[in-house]
Amino acid sequence: MNFKPGKKVVLEKLADYPLMPASLADMTHNFTGSWRNMRPVIDYDKCINCGTCWKFCPEPAIYIEDNKVNVNYYFCKGCGICVSECPKKCITFEEEGK
Amino acid sequence: MRKLLMGNHAISVGATLSRVQVIAAYPITPQTQVVEMLSEIVADGKLNAEFIKVESEHSAMAACIGASTTGARAFTATSAQGLLLMHELLHWAAHGRLPIVMANVNRAVAPGWTIWTDQNDSLSQRDTGWIQFYVADNQEVLDTIILGYKLAEKVHLPVMVNLDAFVLSHTYEAVEVPDQEKVDAFLPPFNPEWKMDVKNPRAFGGLTSSDVYMEFQYNHHEAMEQSKKVIAETCGEFEKIFGRKYGLLEEYRMEDSEYVMVTSGTISKTSRIVVDELREKGVKIGILRVRTFRPFPGEEIAAALAGKKKAFVIDRNISYGKSGIFYDEIKGALYNKGMNLPLFGFVIGLGGRDVTPAHLHEIVDYGMKHDRPTEEIIWMGVKK
Ligand code: SF4
Ligand code: SF4
Repeated sequence: MNFKPGKKVVLEKLADYPLMPASLADMTHNFTGSWRNMRPVIDYDKCINCGTCWKFCPEPAIYIEDNKVNVNYYFCKGCGICVSECPKKCITFEEEGK
Repeated sequence: MRKLLMGNHAISVGATLSRVQVIAAYPITPQTQVVEMLSEIVADGKLNAEFIKVESEHSAMAACIGASTTGARAFTATSAQGLLLMHELLHWAAHGRLPIVMANVNRAVAPGWTIWTDQNDSLSQRDTGWIQFYVADNQEVLDTIILGYKLAEKVHLPVMVNLDAFVLSHTYEAVEVPDQEKVDAFLPPFNPEWKMDVKNPRAFGGLTSSDVYMEFQYNHHEAMEQSKKVIAETCGEFEKIFGRKYGLLEEYRMEDSEYVMVTSGTISKTSRIVVDELREKGVKIGILRVRTFRPFPGEEIAAALAGKKKAFVIDRNISYGKSGIFYDEIKGALYNKGMNLPLFGFVIGLGGRDVTPAHLHEIVDYGMKHDRPTEEIIWMGVKK
């Protein structure tokens, strides 16, 4: 995965503030993956590469690389939508920290 | 060019001359003609704008917020229940520092169901952080839309232009319609530094922790305070090009006055008849019209009332359990100036009940006969 998170900007003094409540850069420093209790894991033996999980992921944390779907765990928040939408039921949901 | 325009069409012409790029609105009596005329202008290709038909006023403001976030000049118009339905998004537009301009045709709030004028719809939006103007004739309607964009885009705050239902919205008056070239010179295209831009992605209005939230509020308030100066400056620029003078307040025969009627909206114009008649009889009386309600020109009002004998505040609105709303705010503005002139608060004309010169004479008579008010509200014209 070719991903480099953006820099988190700290607003220390009034002069650092943007005009409106907006981020100073993109939000790639905001790792929603830290919310995750359950981790989706793809079983590539059964995956037919239909892209359904890629379409449904709300983050979107599923990306396509080398013609394969992959989960970006920096951002996957563990909602389980991909798990329930996969037509081949080949994404398992595993408890984090086990 | 001089044209006969109803207030609603003066709004549409003002928005067209301002070259608005996105219009999102939902029709509501008494505002409907604003939207009707604009949709025709856009359909005829006379204005290069996107006209978004929406299912509610909440969506109308949401669409304006989206458009304005991308840097487009956005416009909407509404009234009463429609404005109330927008309430959540009014906060969003203002705290998001989006220079949207909206015309609100002041209509009383239901129930009982009503379409006639008073100011409780817009005054209920006092703390949403919008700049609020109250205008008194159709020329001022048109001019304040154009002025509104110039101001909004300078201070990054949305502007609400309020006009009386029917008394202005459906009444035809001679209006000087400025040339497009002049308006273009006054109001160049808007190209904000902060906007939604795919080449420079950022998140708008995301989660803001208590660590950083308060400073945005501080900045919003500061912008509002600053906008008083910017209103004066922008009105100056406007006067240079168009020759018409506006400000935070408007004074009528105030120079040597001892007594002052403090008004807003069209009642101010009816009051002129009364003041002229009283002047003939030697009563030294003038009118102070509050044109800008937010930012509130407290300092300026105090300065205008300094040395006067009595003032009569006339409110076509009410804060239940308190008083007329302008009355309350003006009283607050005088306290720390050590000013203690008798300030009478009258509530009149709710739900569009006519306010005639005879009623206004009655107000002045009452004020003259009493040393000081003993009540927060002196009700005018209630069948008791
Ligand atoms: S669990 Fe949710 S967030 Fe994570 S990859 Fe699946 S759909 Fe996306
Ligand atoms: S939905 Fe299932 S089968 Fe389809 S690409 Fe995703 S993991 Fe593979």
